[in-house]
Amino acid sequence: MFRLEPRSTRSYTAAWASPVLALVLTAVTGGVIFMAMGKDPGAALYLYFVEPLTTGSGLSEVAVKAGPLVLIGIGLSFGFRAGVWNIGAEGQYIAGAIAGGGLAVYWHQSESALLLPAMLLLGTIGGMTCAAIPALLKTRFNANEILVSLMLVYVAELLLVHLVQGPWRNPQGWGFPGTRMFPDAGTLPLLLRGQRLHLGSVIVLAAPFIAWFVLARTRFGFRIKVFGQAPLAARHSGVSSGRIVWQTLLIGGGLAGLAGVIEAAGTIGQLMPKISPGYGFTAIIVAFLGRLHPLGVLLAGIAIAVTYIGGEGAQISAGLPKAVTGLFQGIILFYLLAFDLFTRYRIVLPTRDTIQE
Amino acid sequence: MTELILASVLTVVPPIMTMMTAATPLVFAATGELICEKSGVLNLGVEGMMLIGAVFGFATAAVTGSASLGLLAAAVAGMLASLIFAVLTLTLLSNQVATGLALTIFGTGLSALVGFDYVGETIERIGTVHLPFLSDIPVIGRLVFGHDPLVYLGILVLLGSGWFLNHSRWGMVLRAVGDSDVSAHAIGYPVVAIRFAAVSFGGLMAGLGGGYLSLIYTPLWAENMTAGRGWIALALVVFASWRPGRVLFGAILFGGITIAQLNAQAAGLGIPAAFMSMLPYIATIVVLVLISRDAIRIRLNAPACLGKPFRAER
Amino acid sequence: MTDQPLLSLKGIRKTFPGCVANDAVDLDVAAGEIHALLGENGAGKSTLVKIIYGVLRPDDGEIRWQGATARIHNPAQARQLGIGMVFQHFSLFEAMTVLENIALALPREDTSVLRKRLRDTADAYGLDLNPERHVYDLSMGERQRIEIVRCLLQDPKLLILDEPTSVLTPQEVDALFATLRSLAAEGRSILYISHKLEEVRTLCDKATILRAGRRVDDCIPASETARSLAEKMIGRRLEPIAHQAIAKNDSVTGISVSGLEVQSDQPHGVDLKDINLEVHGGEILGIAGIAGNGQVEIMGALSGETGAPRAGQIRILDTDVTHLGPVERRLLGAVFVPEERIGHAAVADLTLVDNSYLTAAGRMKFSSHGLINWSSVSEFAQTVVRDFDVRTTGVDALASSLSGGNLQKFIVGREILQEPQVLVVSQPTWGVDAGAAAAIHEQIQKLAKAGAAVLMISQDLDEIFLLSQRIAVISQGTLSAATPVGDATPEDIGLLMGARHTQEPENPRVPA
Repeated sequence: MFRLEPRSTRSYTAAWASPVLALVLTAVTGGVIFMAMGKDPGAALYLYFVEPLTTGSGLSEVAVKAGPLVLIGIGLSFGFRAGVWNIGAEGQYIAGAIAGGGLAVYWHQSESALLLPAMLLLGTIGGMTCAAIPALLKTRFNANEILVSLMLVYVAELLLVHLVQGPWRNPQGWGFPGTRMFPDAGTLPLLLRGQRLHLGSVIVLAAPFIAWFVLARTRFGFRIKVFGQAPLAARHSGVSSGRIVWQTLLIGGGLAGLAGVIEAAGTIGQLMPKISPGYGFTAIIVAFLGRLHPLGVLLAGIAIAVTYIGGEGAQISAGLPKAVTGLFQGIILFYLLAFDLFTRYRIVLPTRDTIQE
Repeated sequence: MTELILASVLTVVPPIMTMMTAATPLVFAATGELICEKSGVLNLGVEGMMLIGAVFGFATAAVTGSASLGLLAAAVAGMLASLIFAVLTLTLLSNQVATGLALTIFGTGLSALVGFDYVGETIERIGTVHLPFLSDIPVIGRLVFGHDPLVYLGILVLLGSGWFLNHSRWGMVLRAVGDSDVSAHAIGYPVVAIRFAAVSFGGLMAGLGGGYLSLIYTPLWAENMTAGRGWIALALVVFASWRPGRVLFGAILFGGITIAQLNAQAAGLGIPAAFMSMLPYIATIVVLVLISRDAIRIRLNAPACLGKPFRAER
Repeated sequence: MTDQPLLSLKGIRKTFPGCVANDAVDLDVAAGEIHALLGENGAGKSTLVKIIYGVLRPDDGEIRWQGATARIHNPAQARQLGIGMVFQHFSLFEAMTVLENIALALPREDTSVLRKRLRDTADAYGLDLNPERHVYDLSMGERQRIEIVRCLLQDPKLLILDEPTSVLTPQEVDALFATLRSLAAEGRSILYISHKLEEVRTLCDKATILRAGRRVDDCIPASETARSLAEKMIGRRLEPIAHQAIAKNDSVTGISVSGLEVQSDQPHGVDLKDINLEVHGGEILGIAGIAGNGQVEIMGALSGETGAPRAGQIRILDTDVTHLGPVERRLLGAVFVPEERIGHAAVADLTLVDNSYLTAAGRMKFSSHGLINWSSVSEFAQTVVRDFDVRTTGVDALASSLSGGNLQKFIVGREILQEPQVLVVSQPTWGVDAGAAAAIHEQIQKLAKAGAAVLMISQDLDEIFLLSQRIAVISQGTLSAATPVGDATPEDIGLLMGARHTQEPENPRVPA
């Protein structure tokens, strides 16, 4: 068997190489899976990982899909750095869409220029509110934030279904679940003719750079890092654990809520029973794949978005089930976690003469 | 008068039976996770392992026509999934929380892919155990002896785990490994091997719980059909303060809430169905809050090494 | 004693990444002999005994047991051969009972039989133990007894004890020595690891001295002086440190605590009861006591980490800080060095620059409006490294890459360079090599001389007597009145340290 030796400094090469290696190995594994399904692995992999990047509309769709992933992933990386495990971003995303979208539902004839900013703000607050529940229960009652935030995903999903089937259902919708289309004043303007790329993507692009500055240069960023690595040392230096739990959950929830309302007001244009292909959960992978580094999260979000689009394309043109995308996401994370080892340890293979038998 | 009482009792009996069937997947999954956590490993992948168990169990039953083979396949599939987790966390020392999440995401994707062709298919379900005489006793007979065999297996496994932990030598060793991996290693116990075994048992049980859902409880396959039961099982372990007896109590409680809200929806109480469906999740949160309030007590009951990586120095 | 040694090591070598722990070590232990393995912290004693006990594998060398070559792959095998070991950090399970702890280390056995054997052995050697109690309930001395009984039940030919007295009161030490002597009289061998010279001289028949991983000498301790042993151990002549007479300045009250009551937030912690103390400018107050008697809690209360106490008042430099947090207390002029270096005083995976910012941010004004000025933090870190002789590859090295002694020098330096008027330090030289310990002691004295009030918590009585002007003892969460160092003897202090065992009645629960 091999032996593990702790490194005296972290290996930055390993830190950057491991996400890349994880992606490559996932593609290889994917090829094997396609072969097992009786598909041509080369063609299928091309559909998944390359095709989306070859057309203008593909690139636009990648940007549209990457948007929520990056935004939520950035928010989660604050929490994960601090060891606050918010895994209910999906619920906070839905809460944001409900809060912000609800405004457009009630003022569906509004032409006010204030409607859109108000929606974005309310969406953020909605996400924060949903994240405030685990924060409150964690700091007041010591309840595990993983389980509480996750349970709220189901609650938010059910609430959304109830709203779009009941009180908020489009009266002219022939009984289909879903709200009215949002008014123009409540819709994010498109950036390119004929593409779904909208203003939301620009908002999203600012997030990684702001987050990078906050994490690298501010006292707040430093405290998050210390709290995640050594809670006792953080307390010793005067960091209040309750404050960090609140702050990171509100950031995560706020950004997830913002992503939700951007999706509703940009890509979809209304509220429907299902407004997310699991962005909130996939963003967990994005955050880890980006090594909890804001710029890494940006790249990871784009990479994962490609597989989403690829999955849709492969479903249409090759009849491959969309679920493959989810499988790939799990596999990427497995590989990544396995390679993480190399950033902390070096592997030492025993040679004959070092062990006395 | 007696007839009236008997009649009203009989209307209650089916709910109690269904309550047990609703509780059984939780009993399996939570018992497995309890043993796993007692060894000091926190596996958050229960939901994923249940889904994997559910889909492989269903597929096997659909192909072979045997629900029993299906259950076996479910258990084995759950265990294999847990071994991925074990290799990553125990051999490669990855973060247990992140790896557990990865397992759930992986299980969700894998089960959706495998189950793609089985959506909407039906299979023959396993019958209930009919014991001559015993099952014919009025009321009690149906109440106690009218279930499918897995309900009894679940209770048996749970009681067995309680006995194992508190009265067997290997159970004592398992607790010791969860209490202080360093001490157990110093005395000479194979910490990693013991944890591998505990994690596998957790996977086996989660797989069985998933298989129960798709083969007996519903019986059909639908994407994401566990609907958070894996997470509720995790909450149950905390709720039970890592004691098997309380797991049973908690599982029946949750089974009861699940059935009660279904019945209430059917009865049409005027409360929107969505709000009734939220009940089990909200109940989980409430229970967590109640049980977690005393932080020191939780820390006393929780295995001291829970979630911490262990590397043997040689 | 027979001609053939019971245990014989030849040319043992063991390396770890970046250091050679043992190199060409020879050791012979005869039957019925109490043999000392003497050396400083970091000399390689623990590594060597872990090799004998099968916890570690040597890279090179030979182990002979009763004349035959032995390969000891794991502790179970060592026990089969007849080797028992009491670790410095006990290998006990806190949440389990004494009986379970013992059963875990033995082959499968009927519980009632084991309970009887346990009682017989405990009686025979005067090791009082209640089999049904949980370990977290027990004192350090009681925990050590579990370890010893655990070994004795296996009828060992060789018993290894790693620094057994570091957690005991002087009275408990006497009892332990009596037990060890009666074991040796039965023909069992004892390998006794220590860096305490007087102990080795009183107890041991022979001594092997290790320095920097190598065997430097074998001797008969009784015919050596403590001084000659120390010089062999350290490898140079010793300059005696004179007890510093420091001008106490009563006009400055550094710390004043009255009626302090704290409920511990630790799972098996100790509550503080009616703590009263005062430390003046220019003096060092030593708090002696065995680990786990409230030291962690008192540190937490003074630094403000654990929140407001249940009752009582804490004043720092005449300001009521009872309800203030660590940041405010530091700004007033107090700094703190907690016991745990990694994870509490410093973060393992952060650089020395980051670790400088950790506690010096406020007093050194490293950030304004929430933005950090990293270049001035880096300068400060370089000053600490230079002034306190911290051996490191640079200020960008991770804290975890430093040796224990160097990291402690860095931590103490980081606090002292903030020019505090109050220093609270816990176990300043625990597990630190002699060179670093001397440097740290010197810096603490220098700070007090410059007029700062110093409160030093330590379980090392030598250190307490060396540095303090007044000594108080903490036991079971209560603090004795402080005595001037001239009026106290180690025996008096020892009695106070063990107060709990003489005053409190034994556990009334009757074992089933």
